[in-house]
Amino acid sequence: MATVVLAAHTAAHLTGAAASAGAAKAVVAARTQMAVTLSFHIILACFGVAFPAIVLAAHYRGLRRHDKAALLLARRWSKVMAVLIAVGAVTGTVLSFEMGLLWPGLMRVFGPAFGIPFAVEAVFFFLEAVFTAVYLYGWDRLPRWAHFWTGVPIVVAGAAGTLSVVSANSWMNQPGGFTLSHGKITAVDPWAVIFNRAAYYEVPHMLLAAYMVAGFGVAAIYAAGWLRGRRSRYHRLGLLIPFTIAAVATPLQIYVGDTAARAIAHQQPIKFATMEYVVHTHRGVTEWIGGIYAHGQVFFGLQIPDFDSVLVGLSPQTKVTGWDSVPARLRPPLPWLIHSAFDLMVALGFFLLLIGAWLGAYWWRRRRLPGTRWFFAAVLASGPAAVIAMECGWIVTEVGRQPWVVYGYLTTSQAATTAGGVPGSLGGILAMYAALGVVTYAVIRVMTRRWRRAEVSEQDVPYGPAAPGPQDSTKVPS
Amino acid sequence: MMADASLAVLWVSVTAYAVLGGADFGGGLWDLLAGGTDRGRRPRALIDHAIGPVWETNHVWLIFDLVILWTAFPVAFAAITSTLFDPLMLAVFAIVLRGAGFAFRKSLRRLPLQAATGGIFAFSSLAAPFFLGTAIGAIAAGQVPASGGGDRLASWTGPFPLLTGGLFAGTCAWLAAAYLTQDARHSGQPDMITYFSRRTRVAGIVTGVLAAASLADLHFAASREFTRLLAGPGLAFVIVSAAAVAAVFVQLMLGRARALRPLAALAVAAVIWSWGVVQYPYLLPRSLTVAAGSAPDASLAAILAVAGLAVALVGPGIVLLFTLRQRGRLHEEDERDLTEADLPDLQAAGAAHPAGPGLSATAGPPPAGPRLRELAIAAVAFMAGASLASRRRTGDRRRPDGAGRQPG
Repeated sequence: MATVVLAAHTAAHLTGAAASAGAAKAVVAARTQMAVTLSFHIILACFGVAFPAIVLAAHYRGLRRHDKAALLLARRWSKVMAVLIAVGAVTGTVLSFEMGLLWPGLMRVFGPAFGIPFAVEAVFFFLEAVFTAVYLYGWDRLPRWAHFWTGVPIVVAGAAGTLSVVSANSWMNQPGGFTLSHGKITAVDPWAVIFNRAAYYEVPHMLLAAYMVAGFGVAAIYAAGWLRGRRSRYHRLGLLIPFTIAAVATPLQIYVGDTAARAIAHQQPIKFATMEYVVHTHRGVTEWIGGIYAHGQVFFGLQIPDFDSVLVGLSPQTKVTGWDSVPARLRPPLPWLIHSAFDLMVALGFFLLLIGAWLGAYWWRRRRLPGTRWFFAAVLASGPAAVIAMECGWIVTEVGRQPWVVYGYLTTSQAATTAGGVPGSLGGILAMYAALGVVTYAVIRVMTRRWRRAEVSEQDVPYGPAAPGPQDSTKVPS
Repeated sequence: MMADASLAVLWVSVTAYAVLGGADFGGGLWDLLAGGTDRGRRPRALIDHAIGPVWETNHVWLIFDLVILWTAFPVAFAAITSTLFDPLMLAVFAIVLRGAGFAFRKSLRRLPLQAATGGIFAFSSLAAPFFLGTAIGAIAAGQVPASGGGDRLASWTGPFPLLTGGLFAGTCAWLAAAYLTQDARHSGQPDMITYFSRRTRVAGIVTGVLAAASLADLHFAASREFTRLLAGPGLAFVIVSAAAVAAVFVQLMLGRARALRPLAALAVAAVIWSWGVVQYPYLLPRSLTVAAGSAPDASLAAILAVAGLAVALVGPGIVLLFTLRQRGRLHEEDERDLTEADLPDLQAAGAAHPAGPGLSATAGPPPAGPRLRELAIAAVAFMAGASLASRRRTGDRRRPDGAGRQPG
């Protein structure tokens, strides 16, 4: 997984006066391709990072409590996980190539610094691939607990991989740890690159987001089943295990996100000004909730006087930097997009917090799931909500970083390739990723349908012969 | 010195990708040529079994190649990607379709769906090495200028890059056939031994012809490289490779398959290293040397540290994976889909082996002994220890004065 320039829609007016219209168009194509491939990959990456932990939670419960339903869930989930990790591995490879194919200007100059966290990430990617294979193919072949433990390195490698690859992104936002002279990096401090000033909030923010996306995403599927009347213990566990993990992550995420916003107000004031529609630098800044910024004013927004200053510095007297402190060409494009994405992310975060609290309160008092269909409809909505919130977060981070690719050092248009093939490759990528998305979804659906049929046929013959038929005895020895 | 060490790490990684990942591509090629559903079932099953657990791990070597290249030799990376945009983009498409096609095929049961996804997998297995090969051929032929922006089309469509592309595809096919012959022997399928040893011979001859043609082209196109290959430092590697290829053919003629895998891998590895020594000290022939194109020392040190970390952390993991596969411990589990009733009764105390009725009773391998468990525990423990140790080691290197940090 890699993280660079998310931001499709804009850029022509960003590329600076020097760039010709053709080059500007090429930059738009390159950014669009990066945005498409990255926003697709990042969903898979979330599952690659967090799904193994959910599988292992079910596996652990299955082994510890002799719980067959949990064990069956773990087993089936591990197959879905394998498909998602495989597709994630190849879409991640696309991003690796794109670092050079789309942004040679970035890699040529900053490769010696920026490349280091990716190199570290490759080690964890290796671990993830190795142990995913052992875990996936080890069912019934390895001793029970040894098999469980072969899954643990996947979880660890996923978290460590997130750390390294997100630290690469946070370095782009807060570059450091290198000395630049005459357009060439002459000295590097690898530790300062990896543990840069934005890593401490970006890394946990993404890791928690991964657990929320995977947790709410899986729970949503079982909520859909519940609404259709599938209410066995198997379905209940399938909802509860991932939902609990995600619900625990949510309040932590809100705390980390708050920290991140405050840090950005200091580290990238123009990005923050765009997130919050702060035009001029002043005190007692109004907080805008929703609203579209156009022609110098905000339409349809809800305003809370002084509240933005309070959020930044806990006092209405806090001074907040406005975007007119820098020339227009150094401001991010499309303030309405960045602001709306930010607000939507926050709103969805609180929605997810509420659903978690709902279940938490109900469980505390009654020790069971709420009976109302509204609860399950909300859980069903939590899956897409988590994905949308995560993508919105990336829009804020990446579009908000524009026009820079390395904040303060290199603009995106300086980094973009001059090879003329990008519009063509973009067309191919759009077609392939559309197909890939549809087929990935369809394959998982085919798998779950098959499992459901297996269960139905089992119920059909409650007193029939035990499931293994004669064909099993002829199974080829391994 | 550091640059040369990083280059060596890169070359080891490239070699690993070629002999491991290359064979996975080759397996896809044989899948493509295996014929209709019935005729192709058994070779496809063998290929599936061989590739299934390991292809993703093998694929990571490619990522490793890329990250080393762009961190240690960023100028070369940017020059390559900006000149060879088209073949690399095409290779990327093929890599995505190959991996996704394989993963989908394994998850589907209905034949038409399997055939469709399998066809994508197989065809892209041919395309990926071909386009990567043309890119490598273009680099070797000096078509990539250090400043980047070489000719977008002519750079990789000359005879040498195209021949190299063909050579890559052929080599992958040959590697895979040789490996699969040994796998067929390992799993006791005499007809498959015959099947794949015939293909090893055919692929060997085709690849040999392509190699001879590339050599002839090299002779006319780039005399420095030709001289260094056959009358200079490359000669030793050429001899090793030729000897290994000959040994593969001798083994096949004698009807043996015991050492096909290492011999075939050795033959390919020797070719890759011959390319390396012939091109040295150029990263991009004639326009960029290793010394001129390498990153600052601290980045190279980081790459070497990462390589050490990889050996310490990933090494035991890979050994575990390949050992388990070799012992038949990793196997696609189900012909049919499990339900709760099929799962073992966990409360049956003392069951050392977790398989329930119908899963192990007649079919499974002998129960896993403590050796296996110890192997797994030892691997994890070793990795934990190694990561702590390496952290401490690299921690010492941290600059106490914060020098090098960007001012402002």
